[in-house]
Amino acid sequence: MIALPLIFAYFRERPFAAALQALLLALGVATAIALLLFNTQSQSRLARDAQAIDLVIGAKGSGLQLVLSSVFHADTPVGNMLLPDAQRIIQDPRVKAAQIINLGDSVGGYRLVGAAPDIIEFYGAQLATGIAHNAPFEAVMGAEAAARLNLSPGASFVSAHGLGQGGGAHDEHLYKVTGVLAPTGSVIDRLIFTPLASVWQAHGAPESHDQKEQVQIAQTPAVTAILIQTRTPLAALQMKRDVNETAPFMAARPADEMGRLFSLVGLGVEVFRAFALILISAAALSVFAALLGALRERRGDIALLRAMGATRGSVFAILLGQGLIIAAVGGIVGVALGHGAIALLARLSPQAAGFGLTGAAFTPGELWVFCGSLAAGALAALIPAVQAYRTDITKTLSETP
Amino acid sequence: MPNNSPLIEIEGLAVEARGRAILQAPAWRVPQGAALIMGPSGAGKTTLLHVLAGLQTPTRGRVCVLGQDMFALAPARRDHFRARNIAIVFQTARLVRALSVGANVALALKLAGKAPDKKVIVAALQRLNIAHLANARAHTLSVGEAQRAAIARALAPQPKLILADEPTSALDDANALGAIDLLLEAAVQFGAGLIVASHDNRITHRVSAHLHLAPPT
Repeated sequence: MIALPLIFAYFRERPFAAALQALLLALGVATAIALLLFNTQSQSRLARDAQAIDLVIGAKGSGLQLVLSSVFHADTPVGNMLLPDAQRIIQDPRVKAAQIINLGDSVGGYRLVGAAPDIIEFYGAQLATGIAHNAPFEAVMGAEAAARLNLSPGASFVSAHGLGQGGGAHDEHLYKVTGVLAPTGSVIDRLIFTPLASVWQAHGAPESHDQKEQVQIAQTPAVTAILIQTRTPLAALQMKRDVNETAPFMAARPADEMGRLFSLVGLGVEVFRAFALILISAAALSVFAALLGALRERRGDIALLRAMGATRGSVFAILLGQGLIIAAVGGIVGVALGHGAIALLARLSPQAAGFGLTGAAFTPGELWVFCGSLAAGALAALIPAVQAYRTDITKTLSETP
Repeated sequence: MPNNSPLIEIEGLAVEARGRAILQAPAWRVPQGAALIMGPSGAGKTTLLHVLAGLQTPTRGRVCVLGQDMFALAPARRDHFRARNIAIVFQTARLVRALSVGANVALALKLAGKAPDKKVIVAALQRLNIAHLANARAHTLSVGEAQRAAIARALAPQPKLILADEPTSALDDANALGAIDLLLEAAVQFGAGLIVASHDNRITHRVSAHLHLAPPT
């Protein structure tokens, strides 16, 4: 095997040029890998978050917003519906299980969700320590919320108005942590559950809210949404149609809204994907130009090697090998950079971390991206390698010193 | 190679390029030892060497090297035959710039199907008094050192035939005689046959067997 020592000797002769080509390819691969990780991890996270829920019913507005706010806890709720309406809906025989939830407050950026204690079973979660939230102002913490806020059973906290940080505090009501959920890898890790009554009582405090809200609370308790598991998938479709056609509120299927969300996000993803493809193509072009230049410069070497007995296949392998090694190094560095970028994003942005993004997980699609970079390198090297293969030995020997 | 085969044997050999004759060689047989191909520029000396090495296919004629009909071999087998049996020394050293002197010699050994043994490499360089240059890069050598390195590279795999193309044309009188003597000594030392193509009259008396080529008509 004569190709490898020569390939490495040629790299040693021009280390910066080779490194630059590999780096350019690595940037393209890194962009593709980061996109792939973001897509795969966010989609799988969203699918996991919505796994337990077939249908969401809430105030009329945007179905996507309803799902985002009530299922993924990533947006503000559309509005409220009245408790009796919610209670009537969950009596529908097509409903297998349902949870009425109330949103509006948060603790250190983590959402406080008013819901019955059996929401834990509804989500298929388990208590790691303590007991469920049975009485007003008792709270069960999701695993991440408990860890980040450093709250364990027996600890107490006050909630803040609004779903983000910086809302006015409900100082008059002290919540007591009764339990902490085991980690689930889904959205409920970031939630804090408390009985519905806690939210109503907290919001009944006159100093915390405006006049309009007080009037509403004085009349009938309001809730944000109903999360429903139906007996059959068909039942979810029927209920959605019935509610949307006849009721003064709206129903949305997380599966439908996720599809819509991905088609919206997908446009941005496509732009980045095209950008990654352009980067990889530019890198492949740079490898092609460099190898073509190197071939012209070293055609005397190629003719010499042939004169010394190297086969056409051997000189073809030298050029192809250079392209493949640059591509392999670029691919490996690119995969590492892509994972690093996602890890950095998860570290710097709590929202990204909350989305379940991690640089430590690999997906099978990465193998294809890596193979794609190898293919780009091979393609870039193909024409120079064919030219080396076809070298006219006697002509080149007479033309080169 | 059959036993007692002549080094080379050519018959009715002609090479044409773009309809023009570039070599017309008379029948020639070199049983063993060294021989000189003489002739003016354009006579086809280098072309004949290339044909003998199997690098250029003749338009007609028969070419036997070390008893092997070169052009009866498939191209890849001809490459292997050349790598294992024939070494070419060019007018200029033609070392691979990116490699050290030792690595250039190792490359020739690998192509000949032999292990690039360090002892063999050092021994080849020692015979040409350049063992101290084993790690030197090709482009740092003087013309004389490079020529010696090229000869060491050619001889290390112990070829059965050395083809030298104008090895003295770029050298002054002392170095020209030194270079041809070096090739002759090395050929004897390694037990190889030597065919030199040259129009350099300074070296004609060093080799007894001559082939005079005339420009083709």
